[in-house]
Amino acid sequence: MSSTENSNNENNMEKKMQTTTPSSLASVANNREQRVPGTNLLGTGLETRGVHAWFGKKHVLSDVSLDFAAGTVTALIGPSGCGKSTYLRTLNRMHEFIPTAALAGEVLLDGQDIYAPGTDVTKIRLRVGMVFQKPNPFPSMTIGENVLSGLKLAQLKKSNTDELLESCLVRAGLWSEVKDRLGEHGGALSGGQQQRLCIARSLAVEPQVLLMDEPCSALDPGSTFRIEETISELAKSMTIVIVTHNMQQAARVSDYTAFFLSDGGPGVMVETAPTSKIFSSPTDKRTEDYVTGRFG
Amino acid sequence: MTLMENQSATIPAPREITTKPRVSDQIFRAVVTVGGMSSLIILGLIALFLSLKGINVLRIEQLSFITESKWEVLQDAEGKIAESTFGLAAMLIGTFLAALIAVIVGVPIAVLSALYLTFYARGSAKKLLVSLIDLMAAFPSLLFGFWGFIVLMGSAEYWAKLLNKYLGFIPLFDVPAPIFERSPFIAGLVLAIMIIPIVTAISREIFDQTPLDRIQAAYALGASKLSMIRAVVIPYGRGGVVGGAMLGLGRAMGETVAVYTVLNVVYQINWQILFGAGGNVASLILLKFGEAGPQEVDALMAAGLVLFLLTLIVNAISDILINRFGRRGR
Ligand SMILES: Nc1ncnc2c1ncn2[C@@H]1O[C@H](COP(=O)(O)OP(=O)(O)O)[C@@H](O)[C@H]1O
Ligand SMILES: [Mg+2]
Repeated sequence: MSSTENSNNENNMEKKMQTTTPSSLASVANNREQRVPGTNLLGTGLETRGVHAWFGKKHVLSDVSLDFAAGTVTALIGPSGCGKSTYLRTLNRMHEFIPTAALAGEVLLDGQDIYAPGTDVTKIRLRVGMVFQKPNPFPSMTIGENVLSGLKLAQLKKSNTDELLESCLVRAGLWSEVKDRLGEHGGALSGGQQQRLCIARSLAVEPQVLLMDEPCSALDPGSTFRIEETISELAKSMTIVIVTHNMQQAARVSDYTAFFLSDGGPGVMVETAPTSKIFSSPTDKRTEDYVTGRFG
Repeated sequence: MTLMENQSATIPAPREITTKPRVSDQIFRAVVTVGGMSSLIILGLIALFLSLKGINVLRIEQLSFITESKWEVLQDAEGKIAESTFGLAAMLIGTFLAALIAVIVGVPIAVLSALYLTFYARGSAKKLLVSLIDLMAAFPSLLFGFWGFIVLMGSAEYWAKLLNKYLGFIPLFDVPAPIFERSPFIAGLVLAIMIIPIVTAISREIFDQTPLDRIQAAYALGASKLSMIRAVVIPYGRGGVVGGAMLGLGRAMGETVAVYTVLNVVYQINWQILFGAGGNVASLILLKFGEAGPQEVDALMAAGLVLFLLTLIVNAISDILINRFGRRGR
């Protein structure tokens, strides 16, 4: 069974990995299975209103308003330094982790402002998980402990942890590779496996929203492909926001795309639209220049 | 012979790969080598000196030098040495007792202050505290001794009595006579305060280096600060903290003046930490050195050698512990 699955995977992978010219990106986006936003019980999603961000005196993000409908994948694209990571980190309050960081505007999760006074930030981060650019499993823990680390860290009680462990690893596409070595240390895995371990780890606390900051930028094409498959799978049960430098990736995995740009001043969100539209007929000239590869 | 044959037949011997370092590099290398070696040589010479001086006593006493506890020089009517016995056991036990009390009391406080300084203190309060603690590390131990004797003793005596009253059924906390002043317990407390700065400084340095991506990973999973510290910082810093604690232990074992000031140096084996009698090897040397005759000086040198070896052993153990507990969290 697994061998046919594998060969299927490889066929798919070849198809998906074919080099795509910018003009064909739209058809990539059109050809994949389309998701309908907000059809299930995923809550009403995530929404930002007029978000600004500063590091000290430096204004790095200006007036970003975006909606992330429940059950959709949104890609954030744009050149380096335009504030994509900063914006992403405002969505689960990791932004305030930097001492000089400041913020204005509102981030609404199911209609509730996550920055409202009296909010317990650890509860927000449980509902809005995050996968980082560089895989960062906990080296002092085994693979199994890594997956379940969120339960311990957030002091959650779960009765059936074995089941949870398996389901998280299955959903992250890692189960078959590690099921016999759950007691080994996380550092013994390849980079791509480590990143999927980190995805599995963030799934264990059952977030509504998963934020991913260039999750594949340090990985080889094969691992990238597997993670993209994982993202498509996860989108059935959660809302995903992914920062990516790779426009093919945006076309392959996302329903919506938002284009960010900074002209030296603070970064702004230039345009947001369904992904196929961004790649076929963007409204803004700057978006068109970027997706056709004229700069960035 | 064709070229091909030639190639396949003779495998060349590996060439010697050399380089000619620049003059500036050579000079610097010499300077660094002299610096590095000199500390080693000085240490070696001290060990040699102690061995040479102590060897006679050690040869006579043999193992009883560390297992027996009698330190006596008997003189006959003309002031000549009639008989002498040197056994260090009482002082060795005192050394361990006071140092252990220091580590047990001091290390937890030091680790907590290091965690506070790294993860909770902010801005100018942090700067002030860090420099205060560094200053404390450089404080002369005599001042700690005075402070212990004049200030700490009174209140520590109260705690000692309390311990004795409620835990006196444990032999360690029992006393043969109600003398609570100048006990190993109080000496241990003074030593604890002495080692807190150095252990704090080392722990803080280690905690500070905890990789940011792991800390962020923990927070992104909904960790509170406490659970982040337990899951990420402690596993990462454990080895370094153990190393710092062992350094503190070494320092507490070798401490002379503070112990001499606080402790009632009595030459007897005393396991009862609350009882006002005891001593350690270093304080014995200080106590006896002034009026010792030539033979007793040799015995004191042998005691110094034992202390020297003890410190080496503690360092070796700390290396092993660091390797054992430290690597996994990295
Ligand atoms: N910790 C920080 N302190 C100060 N400035 C920062 C920090 N992180 C990012 N910046 C600045 O904020 C801007 C946006 O950065 P970032 O969000 O990382 O961009 P992107 O992810 O789009 O490449 C950049 O100009 C960057 O230099
Ligand atoms: Mg970035």
